[in-house]
Amino acid sequence: MQKTSSPEALALIARQIRRHIVEMTGAAKSGHPGGSLSAVELVTVLYWDVMKHDPANPKMADRDRFILSKGHAAPVLYAAMAECGYTPVESLKTLRQLGSIYQGHPDIRFIPALEASTGSLGQGLSLALGMGAAARLNGESWRTYVMLGDGEIQEGQIWEAAMFGAFHKVDNVVAIVDYNKIQLDGFIKDILELEPLADKWRAFGWHVIELDGHDIPAVQAAFAEAAATKGKPTVLLAHTVKGKGVSFMENNPKFHGVPPTPEQVELALKELA
Amino acid sequence: MATTAPYELKYGAATREAFGRALVEAAKANPDIVVCDADLSKSTMVHYFAQEFPDRFFSCGIAEANMVALGAGLAMAGKIPFVASFSAFVLTKGFEQLRTTVAYPGVNVKVIGTHSGISIGEDGPSQMSIEDFALAGALPGFWVLSPADEVAMKAAVAWAAAHQGPVFIRAGRPKAPAIYEPGAAFEFGRANELRPGSDVTLCGTGLLVAECLLAADLLAAEGVSARVLDFHTIKPLDEEAIAKAARETGALVVAEEHLVDSGLGARVAQALARTTPAPVEFVGVENRYAESGTPDGLLDHYGLRAPQVAAATRKVLSRK
Repeated sequence: MQKTSSPEALALIARQIRRHIVEMTGAAKSGHPGGSLSAVELVTVLYWDVMKHDPANPKMADRDRFILSKGHAAPVLYAAMAECGYTPVESLKTLRQLGSIYQGHPDIRFIPALEASTGSLGQGLSLALGMGAAARLNGESWRTYVMLGDGEIQEGQIWEAAMFGAFHKVDNVVAIVDYNKIQLDGFIKDILELEPLADKWRAFGWHVIELDGHDIPAVQAAFAEAAATKGKPTVLLAHTVKGKGVSFMENNPKFHGVPPTPEQVELALKELA
Repeated sequence: MATTAPYELKYGAATREAFGRALVEAAKANPDIVVCDADLSKSTMVHYFAQEFPDRFFSCGIAEANMVALGAGLAMAGKIPFVASFSAFVLTKGFEQLRTTVAYPGVNVKVIGTHSGISIGEDGPSQMSIEDFALAGALPGFWVLSPADEVAMKAAVAWAAAHQGPVFIRAGRPKAPAIYEPGAAFEFGRANELRPGSDVTLCGTGLLVAECLLAADLLAAEGVSARVLDFHTIKPLDEEAIAKAARETGALVVAEEHLVDSGLGARVAQALARTTPAPVEFVGVENRYAESGTPDGLLDHYGLRAPQVAAATRKVLSRK
């Protein structure tokens, strides 16, 4: 893989990842396209620009770690890891099939290059803080990134972990909230409102950065600010659009957990050409 | 180690105390050992570790779900976390995390549940754990250990620290009857025969091992030769020792400080059904929660004593 800091180059990679997401979920006839599409720029910038990692040496001791705590967005992670060279691109469309390494949710037994098996919401921030604490104990400089769903942070364990992270000053962990405002049953404001979300994280002792999660230079700047923030962990509240990049999926709760039909796949790929 | 000499009841340290001391010893030898605590360090005895290794001690507050998954994260980065709380809390409030972040990916986390059984006494049922073999034993890949005394606990901690994979260790609050001489050998996964016998086999674990030995003495006076096995490992179960006991003694009694429906007894019965069917009787807590009381008073009241083990033996012998 060729790492890059060029927003134009990153945007091209992001578009390719979006095409994979649409094709994978369409082929699988199930899965979660909306929350995968909303996270594309965030994941792309991490894998191609920010994180230290090497697909040829997936267990490199000082690699940065990424945990997809919102495990149902597996397609975005699989597409990114495949494009990086960790796993085969050609079998992405076996997503969710018996025997496929591309399980319904990330499963470390099938892809050892993953950092964690996820899928049950609320777990990833604790895992990341454990990794961050271990790195600090060892005097190592690698960092841990964990992506949370916005609906996911309704889980109480997230706030247990948030208290822990600030109290223990685990400043080598960065949490990213993919704040697309939609969860399975509908809009977050109608299910269980999270606002004032930035105030909540600040009250829990975190450094908070709010940004447009599709604005690549803004995402790059946010990760740089996180790296420079010492003494407290950082959370990125990345305002995103569920289904981003495909007009009929954007901001549509239906596409949280419903895949595109073959006709919709074709339409979407035209939009993403 | 099996002997026919009568058992002399004398008390050693509580298994939680033995755990706390053994953990410090293990941690001196292995710098990767870390501890996660949920505001119970003075009860689970990990405060010994905290004093010795403050940098390796993670205070999580009263937040068991985060504590368990934090332990998983530490383990995934190469540490050997001992995650400690009361069994009643870590296995219930942390169960989903034990399942999804520890058992399912097979992460190297050691879970210590103290204050197990009803013998914690006065604090009552909300703090008691009579479901821990069922809960920990339900998780694929977990080893479930239940050391009877301080010597067994010391061996269990050393073994768990060296073992790659998830382990649950059950510990108790009160002083535990001494069963083993210092330095006694353990092979985890293999029951220890403490008393040879040919008429019946008494399978005990935890505090009930001593009661089985005392029961064997009561039965010897009646001319009954009772074998006594210590199941310091609940899972994986020593099916070979169970099948051998069934073949050679023809009847078994299982005694534990746990719900009868879902504990060691249920596992022994399953092993017998699968290998060598034989009559078996059960001594434990029957489908109910206990109450406050002194530890000894509760063990008497709920029938977890040698006379009840002997009575169950007479019953099972009548079914041979």
